[in-house]
Amino acid sequence: MDQSFFSQLVNLLAAFLLLIAFAMLSQRRILTLIRLFAWQGVALAASTLIVAYSTGQTHLYFSAALTVVLKVLLIPWVLHRLIDRLEVRWDVETLINIPATMLIGISLVIFAFALATPISEMANTLTRSTLGIATASVLLSFLMMIVRRKAVPQVIGFLAMENGLFFAATSATYGMPLVVELGVALDVLVGTFIFGIFFFHIREQFDSLDIRHMEKLKED
Amino acid sequence: MIDAADIAFQILQSVFVVLAAPLLMGWVNQCRAWLQNRSAPSILLPYRTLAKLFHKDAVIARTASPLFRLTPYVVFGCMWLAAGIVPVLATDLPFAPAADIIALVGVFALARVFSALAAMDIGTSFGGLGARREMLVGFLAEPAMLMTLFTAAFISGSTQLNTIVATLAHREFAIYPSLAFAAVAFLMVLLAENARIPIDNPTTHLELTMIHEAMILEYSARHLALIEWAVAIKLFAYLTIGIALFAPWGIAPAGDWAALPLAFAALAAKLALAGAGLSFLENALAKLRLFLAPEFLSTAFLLAVLGMLTHFLSHG
Repeated sequence: MDQSFFSQLVNLLAAFLLLIAFAMLSQRRILTLIRLFAWQGVALAASTLIVAYSTGQTHLYFSAALTVVLKVLLIPWVLHRLIDRLEVRWDVETLINIPATMLIGISLVIFAFALATPISEMANTLTRSTLGIATASVLLSFLMMIVRRKAVPQVIGFLAMENGLFFAATSATYGMPLVVELGVALDVLVGTFIFGIFFFHIREQFDSLDIRHMEKLKED
Repeated sequence: MIDAADIAFQILQSVFVVLAAPLLMGWVNQCRAWLQNRSAPSILLPYRTLAKLFHKDAVIARTASPLFRLTPYVVFGCMWLAAGIVPVLATDLPFAPAADIIALVGVFALARVFSALAAMDIGTSFGGLGARREMLVGFLAEPAMLMTLFTAAFISGSTQLNTIVATLAHREFAIYPSLAFAAVAFLMVLLAENARIPIDNPTTHLELTMIHEAMILEYSARHLALIEWAVAIKLFAYLTIGIALFAPWGIAPAGDWAALPLAFAALAAKLALAGAGLSFLENALAKLRLFLAPEFLSTAFLLAVLGMLTHFLSHG
């Protein structure tokens, strides 16, 4: 198998990743959102595996395994349990309507691609053309955190942003050192748990997961 | 420059598309009936319907203007012109330089404008309602269609449909993520433009949910026959554009009689598959509310734009 074939495969997976980022942006149901997040993890792990195999970077195998265990299995499971206990399944409210969000998303993608093109021209890695897609998915997850009103979709947006960052690291420099990746993975996991506890506290205080209520925290 | 063989090919293709389009319609209807566990009508039923309609006397409303009588011929002519431009059997047809992909979209738009005008011309409420809905769907579908075609045009470096097809048919194998995006977007546009199920139901008898059917309620006899025939040609043309862009293998160069049987066989197989797939999709999906149509089509537009951007990223 020659390099160009692997490069095309990684490009295809990167396009898939971008598609999932848009699907998450347009999704109204929390359960589907979690499933999409798990699929994003699958695409990420697959592309990491391909980069690992074609470049012979053994530590990337570990990151791929870590991705599968953490982002495809563990965190979606934790999120599922969370929404079961919080009994929120339907209420994804957006601040802007969905077609408008999509249009903003497209302009973000254009911005990210314009930003990444000069950088990727200088690089000579296998995955240089995917840097733009990685930047775009980070920005799209950011947008998702901004336009969602409820706490759970915001956290999913945060986790998806971490996916995008991880992909950016893989595509720009063939991944960070293993120690850093382990640390980040642990942070994300602990973060998810802490967010879970926060959810319960927010709801106890305001009877809702709507973040707007947090604006009137100060006592009169 | 243009020799007799090329012209013969052009005439052959144009006549073939017009004659075969009702057959494709019959095949789609037959597949749909099978999937719904009904006993299927004959595949030749559309021909019989057309023959029956041509033998009837036309009834035209008193308030109708000449525009109303003219429209079926304009619509039929537009579709026939489109059938002459799209490389169905052969590339490099003498007619092809007459219009590139942008003009092709324009030809479809011309037909749509005339049917909407004719529907409003009579002054019935259903006609106006159908026309407004059709224009809504059309104005959302057109940019998505253009973006899809541009993606293919960027890969081959030309907006001439026959150049695009020639380039795509003879390239070496490569995965194009941009073409995958474009293919999905094109499929969504195809469903919307041909009044198929997620947007419109071609077999509905309920006037309130109609889009395309509501526009042609006032037509009868030969006028209705021409419009029905034009609808069949439009579906045929769209499916062959899809085949030409995303699965162009086996198409013959113009004037090459030896390659013609293979081109025929490949086209028949691909159209049979596409028709079966279309009826499967129509059975699997439910009709969307009209107010969700903008969301459906903006998704198509989004996919098409993403496809184009991905192309720039990986090849630019």
